[in-house]
Amino acid sequence: MTSTADLLAHARRGPRRRRALVVSTLLLLIASLVLVRALLGDYRVSFPDALRILGGEQIPGASFVLMESTLPRAVMAVLAGAAFGAAGAAFQVMLRNPLASPDVLGITLGASAGAVVAVVVLGLRGTPVTLAALSGAVVAAGLILSQSGGRGGATGRMVLVGVALAAGLSAVVHWVLVRASIYQAQDAMVWLSGSLNSVTWGEIARLLVIEALLVPLLLVLGGRLPVLGLGDDLAAGLGVRAGRLRAGVTAAVVTLVAAATAIVGPIAFVGFLSGPIARRLVPGGPAVGVGALVGAVVVLAADYLAAYGIPGTALPVGVVTGLLGAPVLLWMLRSRPSTQEVR
Amino acid sequence: MTMTDVQAEAETGTGTEPVAPVPTRLRADAVRLGYNGRIVVDGVTLDVPAGRVTVVVGPNGCGKSTLLRGLGRLLRPSGGSVLLDGDEIGTLRTREVARRLGLLPQQPIVPEGVSVLELVERGRHPHHGLFRAWSRTDEEAVASALERTDLVHLAAVPVDSLSGGQRQRVWLAMVLAQVTPVLLLDEPTSFLDIAHQLDVLDLVRRLCDESGTTVVMVLHDLAMAARYADHLVAMRDGQVVAEGPPATVVTPEVIEEVFGVAATVLVDPASGAPVVIPRRRTP
Repeated sequence: MTSTADLLAHARRGPRRRRALVVSTLLLLIASLVLVRALLGDYRVSFPDALRILGGEQIPGASFVLMESTLPRAVMAVLAGAAFGAAGAAFQVMLRNPLASPDVLGITLGASAGAVVAVVVLGLRGTPVTLAALSGAVVAAGLILSQSGGRGGATGRMVLVGVALAAGLSAVVHWVLVRASIYQAQDAMVWLSGSLNSVTWGEIARLLVIEALLVPLLLVLGGRLPVLGLGDDLAAGLGVRAGRLRAGVTAAVVTLVAAATAIVGPIAFVGFLSGPIARRLVPGGPAVGVGALVGAVVVLAADYLAAYGIPGTALPVGVVTGLLGAPVLLWMLRSRPSTQEVR
Repeated sequence: MTMTDVQAEAETGTGTEPVAPVPTRLRADAVRLGYNGRIVVDGVTLDVPAGRVTVVVGPNGCGKSTLLRGLGRLLRPSGGSVLLDGDEIGTLRTREVARRLGLLPQQPIVPEGVSVLELVERGRHPHHGLFRAWSRTDEEAVASALERTDLVHLAAVPVDSLSGGQRQRVWLAMVLAQVTPVLLLDEPTSFLDIAHQLDVLDLVRRLCDESGTTVVMVLHDLAMAARYADHLVAMRDGQVVAEGPPATVVTPEVIEEVFGVAATVLVDPASGAPVVIPRRRTP
């Protein structure tokens, strides 16, 4: 009998080690990228100086750069990346379709449309913009999920409706922009391509509160998604109420995406990329947590590249993730061994 | 592996008196089931004998799988009721039902990149609350399920790389790890060659004989049904035509009524089970 126990322990060791290695590597990567992003900008801040500034000391120049520009950017990159990454991975696993991330399905664009209308037409700022983004995302999600056919998987029709909806929503966004003043329109354009410029600590606090509530919730619900992945009947047989679980995950995903989008804009492809990368790193493992970490790494790295990749030109982060995302999408479509998940 | 531990858990999970066998754990009472207003099972009453293998047979579309879905709470009856240990099954919590009753649908989805061990571990889901960690009982249930299905050596292998027969054993291992006193299986042998069919059905037989599990399964193959059932239920057009021990159900008259086929019934000299030789369709 000990032999069975030994064999099982042995079968567990590989995936466990791999998961631990992946998670610690990603955490280390996030920590070092935050340091790089915060300290090695146009104006370099030394590590000891940074510690002194964080301790409350004022250093002329360095204090302003670190506390008002580079550090909030780095922290927001982590928060936004984690939100998009966790949300994307959760949706892809729940709908059993790697295309079914909130950005591909148009939910992120729903949030954008809501936010643009709030900012440009209604002249709102702060929390009301988040609420407007949330209502846009909820409407978009409702429309798309009503096309899921009731069996829980993302059907081709659902993805197509999502793509059509995204096209319609971007028309709404552009129509609003055309009617806006040139200043408003320029602000909105930068935000729409996804940007971490001019992030404030107040916005960070707002997103942090939402994530502190929803990311743990999504991790708990995400732990049940593997059971749901066996099909609704078997999931019910194992004590999981598919409808309720789906509703819970959807609510958490939509809120996270809307909250992050309202602040930094729809950073392209982060939700879409993080899930597949996470699942390649830990096959068969829980994707939501690793997806959040991957999302944070992607946004941090892309933002640094966007800011300093081309000397003298600061691009919005979304331009870089978009440029990275398109080839990865093509590569994923080509390298998929089976169409099992894409139905 | 200490089967008594695992069995004890199954018994305490039921909330009824342990050890003493109850005459029936699962009962359908004039149950009516259907989809979108179309009635598929119409007023079936069935007492599932406890600790026995009950097999439901019938032609395609007779409602046998639908009946099984009703018994497993996957489908809410539009009339009548299903009772699990005397409780109306619809009033029990999903997780509570999952601790007492395991079910295996016809074609579950094989997730990508998941190992045999990880899949079988999911069978323990109903026994876990939000904060309960993996316990010794969980480990023993999983180990025992893998041993009984002869899958220990494949524990680390991804399920999607296995053959059809091996996969079916993995699904069975998963519901075995669930350790429920009642087990519902929907055509567990479909798409398997004859050797793998025997593997699966022998396993089910042993499970019933050794652990006293109450099994209800739908089978396509009348010969296999007659050989492995203690209690055979023949259905046609959403109703039970005949039920009882295979020797009393598998008769030329019943076969003609249920399947519309004229047949000769012989007796297997080895097992004493009836053997059907179909002759021709009757109009």
